Amino acid sequence: MTKLAQWLCGLALLGTAWATLALDPLGLHLPLPCRQVLWPFPVYLLVAFGCYSLATIGYRLSTFNDCEAAAKELQEQIREARADLSRRGLKF
Amino acid sequence: MAAASRNRARDKYSVLLPTYNERENLPLIVWLLVRSFQESGSNFEIIVIDDGSPDGTREVAEQLEKIYGSDKILLRPRAKKLGLGTAYIHGMQHATGNFIIIMDADLSHHPKFIPEFIRKQKEGNFDIVSGTRYKGNGGVYGWDLKRKIISRGANFVTQVLLRPGASDLTGSFRLYRKEVLQKLMEKCVSKGYVFQMEMIVRARQLGYTIGEVPISFVDRVYGESKLGGNEIVSFLKGLLTLFATT
Ligand SMILES: Nc1nc2c(ncn2[C@@H]2O[C@H](COP(=O)(O)OP(=O)(O)O)[C@@H](O)[C@H]2O)c(=O)[nH]1
Ligand SMILES: [Mg+2]
Repeated sequence: MTKLAQWLCGLALLGTAWATLALDPLGLHLPLPCRQVLWPFPVYLLVAFGCYSLATIGYRLSTFNDCEAAAKELQEQIREARADLSRRGLKF
Repeated sequence: MAAASRNRARDKYSVLLPTYNERENLPLIVWLLVRSFQESGSNFEIIVIDDGSPDGTREVAEQLEKIYGSDKILLRPRAKKLGLGTAYIHGMQHATGNFIIIMDADLSHHPKFIPEFIRKQKEGNFDIVSGTRYKGNGGVYGWDLKRKIISRGANFVTQVLLRPGASDLTGSFRLYRKEVLQKLMEKCVSKGYVFQMEMIVRARQLGYTIGEVPISFVDRVYGESKLGGNEIVSFLKGLLTLFATT
């Protein structure tokens, strides 16, 4: 099953569950306050996912390492390499 | 134990270095590679695939071949710029090692991580070891905030849509078992960043195991990047294609 199909399956499942409970086509007669809470459920889900995404990306952005030390070390090694290679007769 | 150490002695690592206008970088990366392999004592060869660079990369490569010997530096040039994907295939055909290491020649991938890749591979008997900028001590140098945001955002979307089981899909610093790389090359059709992404996704599909090693990615000092233009558009296209087809 492709990832797209997996997503569609998941969404269909959630959608059916939500429609059955909130729109009540089978006549389960859930108490009205309960159903009123359920109606905007897809919107809650969307907002929650959006917040989760932003929070995750923001957190990972703030913890993205700046490799200053690695860059310095590389500069040092470049000098070393150039010196050694020139000694061995390399013409840059 | 004896069998394991005999295997270890037989292991050979072929490094594929595709180059296009890397005259400044090539001697430096080769020097660092040789030193790193000599320190770790692993058996190695470096295969330089130069696509007729107008800046004379090939001429520098020939000097390096003389300095280090033609058993260590193998020149497998091509007449003109034919792209990275085919450069890997071309290089692989000449590789004699049982493991292949793919890396950029522009010094953004540091050879000091290779011993860690090798250790990781042995530790979990992995089919692939991938360098990652997004985990542990991994990171980048020389990126501005905008580039970091795009990178993190793209990585997040990819993780959500593909759940690939590896944290750095667009990086290209990796170690493969030779037969695994051969198999993957046959399967993968994309170009550019998407190609690296597809390799990992297909690897998952085929049931190969993937280990990860955090790396620091230092943006190139010399020369300029060859990928560019509408990178983001082609990335998104590729991502959606993989999403719908794998
Ligand atoms: N042989 C060959 N090498 C290439 C070609 N395009 C890029 N490269 C090399 O592939 C590596 C990565 O390219 P680079 O431009 O740094 O890509 P970036 O790091 O994604 O910006 C470098 O070592 C380049 O010299 C090509 O068409 N042929
Ligand atoms: Mg680069």
